[in-house]
Amino acid sequence: MLHLEWAYAALALLLLGTAWLNLRQRHWAQAAFWAVIAILFACGNWVLRAQQAGDAKPAQIAGIGVLALALLAPAMRRVDAAEAPPRLRQLRAGVLKHWLFMPALLIPGVTLLIALFGADLRWHGATLFVASQQTLMGLGVASLIALLAAWRLTRAPASAVLHESRRLIDTLGWAALLPLVLAALGSVFEAAGVGRVLATLVGDVIPTANFAACVLAYGLGMVVFTLIMGNAFAAFPVLTAGVGLPLLVRLHGADPAVVGSLGMLCGYCGTLLTPMAANFNIVPVALLELKSPWSVIRAQWPTALPLLLFNLFALYLLAMR
Amino acid sequence: MNAWPLLGVALVVLGFARRWNPVPVVVAAGVLSGLLAGYSFAQILALLGDSFVSNRALLLYVLTLPAIGLLERAGLREHAQRWIGRLHGLTLSRLLIGYLGLRQIMSMLGLTNVAGQAQTVRPLLAPMAEAAALRETADADAAIAAQTREQVRALAAATDNIGLFFGEDVFIALGAVLLIHGFYVGQGIDLQPLHIALWALPTAIAAFVIHAVRVHFVTRTALRDARTAQAGDDHAAS
Repeated sequence: MLHLEWAYAALALLLLGTAWLNLRQRHWAQAAFWAVIAILFACGNWVLRAQQAGDAKPAQIAGIGVLALALLAPAMRRVDAAEAPPRLRQLRAGVLKHWLFMPALLIPGVTLLIALFGADLRWHGATLFVASQQTLMGLGVASLIALLAAWRLTRAPASAVLHESRRLIDTLGWAALLPLVLAALGSVFEAAGVGRVLATLVGDVIPTANFAACVLAYGLGMVVFTLIMGNAFAAFPVLTAGVGLPLLVRLHGADPAVVGSLGMLCGYCGTLLTPMAANFNIVPVALLELKSPWSVIRAQWPTALPLLLFNLFALYLLAMR
Repeated sequence: MNAWPLLGVALVVLGFARRWNPVPVVVAAGVLSGLLAGYSFAQILALLGDSFVSNRALLLYVLTLPAIGLLERAGLREHAQRWIGRLHGLTLSRLLIGYLGLRQIMSMLGLTNVAGQAQTVRPLLAPMAEAAALRETADADAAIAAQTREQVRALAAATDNIGLFFGEDVFIALGAVLLIHGFYVGQGIDLQPLHIALWALPTAIAAFVIHAVRVHFVTRTALRDARTAQAGDDHAAS
């Protein structure tokens, strides 16, 4: 069976290669940074299994790795890995033309096929994909197939595979790590009870007898929490347990399905506004080589605010039909 | 109730406001909040390490980069731009609105990882959008072109995010709906997942309409600004 662990091992290998190229060019911080992430990825399963068995040592060592990454990140200077000159790229594009789209479209295409039919694939009687992981695993398999197709199509030398991967990975730089450390921050906040404290404060301040005030507190609370946590999923249980359920559903008798659904959607409007949602708002800044870290958020807020208004009205009108 | 862990939140806000490198700020905020909540340093380390490796899937998109890098070396972006440059009917706003609709429908079907910032925006959508913008502004000079490019790329990234968010939560077997359902079950309220998903539909439609209208006007203004700035420069020069 194809387990997601294989995809992580492949990723670790890719990052080790990136570290190696950086080491050869004496970009010490970059080399150490990618090597530490590679090790954390390769050993992840072992850490999780030890944790479940009650041994916290490996997780603590991984925690030291995270601290090391935090110290290395500011030391990373921008690396300009050489790209093929534009004239050469123009020339090559003129030869391959639309064929160039084929491997690029294989990535979504194969992912789609595996997401839809992966569960039915069998090899010697055993299912090929774990049902809960088939889309992510599909992305891994699709990446491999697309790489092979691109390699064969462009007839690039083997060294170019690593060089080009490294070019893009170093373009990402520490922004690649941000979603992971923010997820870790979320779990520390949860354990420290940050959400419960804030929800209690909200409940103390608003006039609970007024339905509109409760709707506002819940909807805007979801937005503010998402701004802080960077993730509506982290905000939802805290705010629904603290405000949505006791005030909207129990006190005013609102429909829980509407409250849950529109509450979450208010949170999504918050996701569009916060640099804490790094994988959506900061990683693309690095990927697309934008100058300002706020560029993506600047392009999003004029959509997010009217949509938030719509959600609040919808919550107010639909929850009490 | 212990309110001291809130200082961690304050540290994050301060760090983003002062533009410190966010990675150490975020890790320091975690350690600070954990210590103030009464955890030992060893416990916090374990918490950080455990949650880091549990969320490895967040970096899986990096696996697509080798294929994209090779194609870029062979001129993928240049070809995408040249091709879009020849399709005269395909304006910037039509391209982005079409992508928005496609992304929403795919996400509604649960196909969230099919497209994305690494998978489709960098190799395909962003260069195509740039080419469409470039054709419509004809020969604007380098400084204006660079400014328009930044704006167009950011809009492409935003369009992908909005399409993903406001399609994903209509799908019943994934992510948001299951989380909502699971939460209510834990509170003793059993709802149909389909029922939850349907209430997300009005917002999905509103998101499409609002963003499509915005894309239409933003692109029109940005392109007109680029053209008039160019004309102004020509006038000043002559």
